[in-house]
Amino acid sequence: MSYIAKPKVSHPSLPRNKLGLTARDYEGAVSTLCAGCGHDSVTAAVIQAVFELNIEPHKLAKMSGIGCSSKTPAYFVNQAHGFNSVHGRMPSVTTGAYVANRELTYIGVSGDGDSLSIGVGQFVHAIRRNLNMCYIIENNGVYGLTKGQFSASADIGSKPKKGLPNQQEPIDPVSTAISLGATYVARSFSGDKQQLVPLIKGALRHDGFALVDVISPCVTFNDHEGSTKSYAHTRQFYHHVVDVDYIPPAEEIRADYEEGEAVPVDLYDGSVIMLRKVNEYYDPTSRAAAFKYLREHFNAGEITTGLLYIDEARGEMHDLMGNVDTPLAELPLDSLKPPSGELKRILKRYQ
Amino acid sequence: MKPTEMKPTDTTKPEYFHKVVDCQWACPAHTDVPLYIRLIAQGRFSDAYMENRESNVFPGILGRVCDRPCEPACRRGRVEDKPVAICRLKRVAADHRDDITDRLPKAPARSNGKKVALIGAGCASLTVANDLRPLGYEVTIFEALDTTGGLMRTNIPKFRLPPEVLDEEIGYILDMGVALRLNHRIDSMRALLDGGEFDAVFVGTGAPRGKNLEIPGRYDSDRIHIGIDWLESVAFEHVGTIGERVLIIGVGNTAMDCCRTSLRLGARDVKVMARKPRGYFKASDWELEDAEEENVEIIVNHSPKAFVIEDGKLVGMRFELMEYRVDDRGRIDRGTVTGETTIPCDDVILAIGQDNAFPWIERDIGIEFDEWECPVVDETTMMCSREGVFFGGDSAFGPKNIIWAVAHGHEAAISIHRYCQAEDIADRLPVGINLSSQKMGMHEWSYSNDYDPAARRLMPHVDLRERFKKLDIEVELGFTVEQTIQEVERCLNCDIQTVFAAKLCIECDACIDICPVNCLTITHNGDEQDLRTRLSAPAENLEQALYVSADLPHTGRVMVKDEDLCVHCGLCAERCPTGAWDMQKSTVLIPYATDEAAESRRHRKAGTSAA
Repeated sequence: MSYIAKPKVSHPSLPRNKLGLTARDYEGAVSTLCAGCGHDSVTAAVIQAVFELNIEPHKLAKMSGIGCSSKTPAYFVNQAHGFNSVHGRMPSVTTGAYVANRELTYIGVSGDGDSLSIGVGQFVHAIRRNLNMCYIIENNGVYGLTKGQFSASADIGSKPKKGLPNQQEPIDPVSTAISLGATYVARSFSGDKQQLVPLIKGALRHDGFALVDVISPCVTFNDHEGSTKSYAHTRQFYHHVVDVDYIPPAEEIRADYEEGEAVPVDLYDGSVIMLRKVNEYYDPTSRAAAFKYLREHFNAGEITTGLLYIDEARGEMHDLMGNVDTPLAELPLDSLKPPSGELKRILKRYQ
Repeated sequence: MKPTEMKPTDTTKPEYFHKVVDCQWACPAHTDVPLYIRLIAQGRFSDAYMENRESNVFPGILGRVCDRPCEPACRRGRVEDKPVAICRLKRVAADHRDDITDRLPKAPARSNGKKVALIGAGCASLTVANDLRPLGYEVTIFEALDTTGGLMRTNIPKFRLPPEVLDEEIGYILDMGVALRLNHRIDSMRALLDGGEFDAVFVGTGAPRGKNLEIPGRYDSDRIHIGIDWLESVAFEHVGTIGERVLIIGVGNTAMDCCRTSLRLGARDVKVMARKPRGYFKASDWELEDAEEENVEIIVNHSPKAFVIEDGKLVGMRFELMEYRVDDRGRIDRGTVTGETTIPCDDVILAIGQDNAFPWIERDIGIEFDEWECPVVDETTMMCSREGVFFGGDSAFGPKNIIWAVAHGHEAAISIHRYCQAEDIADRLPVGINLSSQKMGMHEWSYSNDYDPAARRLMPHVDLRERFKKLDIEVELGFTVEQTIQEVERCLNCDIQTVFAAKLCIECDACIDICPVNCLTITHNGDEQDLRTRLSAPAENLEQALYVSADLPHTGRVMVKDEDLCVHCGLCAERCPTGAWDMQKSTVLIPYATDEAAESRRHRKAGTSAA
């Protein structure tokens, strides 16, 4: 916790985006998380991503539940909409918000406790609905707010600061999401913004449920030797399989890609994600192959990162429900309410 | 490590952190600016004054008329556009100090048996006296005029520097028991040296000859004056009036004093004639501003051609109209003449520079002079080619300013001491540095670390009508309490250094994320040119160093800090979970003659040679 706020002074040559804003304009309150918390780096990555995507602050909705992770929406884009919900219930609240207004960009920030324990039911059903949101899990394997008990993502054999190593099978949010049919599934590390920022940008622009599982070490309760979610351990067992470059709509692909090295994926809004395969045998468009690869490497203790699965063909929630394009919140009342004759006709069907 | 990669910055060398304190580095006397500003902030005016006095000897004088090399160097001027009003704050310390006489250095009861002659009673000689008297040297100052202070008294008008301020600060030195021989011009260096009365001689005679302008008509009127001579005549009240229309030739600081003095002697229409366009003037910006506030007109691109004399009377001056081309690096060409014009006037004051003049130093006594008639002087020891003769101030390397003269005086005093003690004058104490952590608690630092966005305070001036009533009404009123409180908070505390310990870093990026001015980056090493382009913000100010760490333990990358715009807020250290960053106060240890003397004593006691 810091007693002074980050000074408003900034570098005079700070770049401005298409809205004339600098990245500093997308900041939020000063973090009250522990110094060195991975979550603060994820916050910085989110700021960078929304800045680069030229998102208007009032067109962004920040959603969260309870936990250290769920505090982070307070630390970015002060002028955005926000909802800090009951523990684990962020997906339902986001569903409601998205039903009412499909024109906002939704970013949910959750943790391994919020999503994989108390909120696991919510999490899986948001995936089933293909709720159009960027869902970030700040995954550190412990409950930091309650002083470091293991969470559902703790690996077998991982040692706590005090007490015995974890013996329960962890829930891997990435393979869980792929198995449930999520349409954009990525994993990254808070200490690797070069990889993380484009993944968040892709997730924000993906039309459907986009999961970004971020290994985000708990510097206070889970950064010691023997922990499998520490900075040191993550760096040691971390490997990129597919990196991405996000290319905004109507922008030329400037980087030179070697033949066969990069695969473009078109997003619904005209932007392109270039998949750069670090492992040439990995196919992020095949659900079965991705799942198999992930399980094998997960069992070997490796931390597989990158855009691990993508499916741009499946429609998001409103498409699946056949809803109108206009946000329901903006429809006039008489078009939302059936006329009395119609209401009688409907009721008659049940008589 | 590849051969082209940057080596970890060696912060054990005092220069590294000294240079981060831009103001202190730029000051010839290396005044510890951030420290005295903090003392002012705490209301410790006397302590702030004494801190100043140690390095610059004349805080009250310099707080008004210093050339302020510190201010253009101030980091605040790069972060925003205006630097901290360092000079004005120095005056605050002087204005609000209590009686500090019992804190001044004192001469010992007994002489050390060595006699030193100082020629000229200006700031350079006075500094030497200030440093040598406390060591027991018998010091004699020879002065041609009937008063002390040299150019500070004769050339700086009283409305900028009141005589009481001069008298008080010069008095501190003279009161240590300095023999002062006024009205005693040294006419022959040979005679002085042959007299054998003195163990060492210091020359601090300034650059007393104003440059002339040899163009037609120069000697046909008595209304054409040499600037510094004219100012001296005004200072000694030999001149009390001037014509209505005055032209000042030249745009240096002397020109600014001449035009403002003219207004106080009855001139109504004062024009400062510049050969070159704005941006190429020698005068400091603030002196230009002060003159223009008094409705002095500055006319650019006019090159003097001739004085116009009619019936033996000066009636005007002819100028060539100039045009210049400036290249993309800001360099200006010699210009081309596009026409001519005559500007009517009653008086002309020439303020186009000063030269050294040593008609009293014989050229066959072992004192070498260069092609510009300047003595050949060693820049470190201040000794000339004849042993035992030292120079300082404008007389050493040509016209500079008061603060340079003070710096020369300190160095010369060290040399004179070592010379008189038969020690090698080149083997001087090195500059040192101390670092101490300023962490007081989890989120508490010993200094005011928050960034205050306040703009630079403006010096209040005496009303424009009021100030011309008398010649000696000091125009600047000094900062008010409220202004002082705000201005001290603008200092960025550059002496509170960001010190990095690579082995503790876990590369969590917390410092990088919190840094308000994007000065931190973790990246793979490279050569400097390449590295400067790969940082969080490009490091384009090549005068500012990159602070490069040793390889980081987890990934072998390096932490790079661009020193350029760091506001020393301490948030990097506050957000660091492992204490890899710390905020440490650097104290630059500048040796003075007293330190040399203490070192000599220590060696004598230990029975070793100081040399």
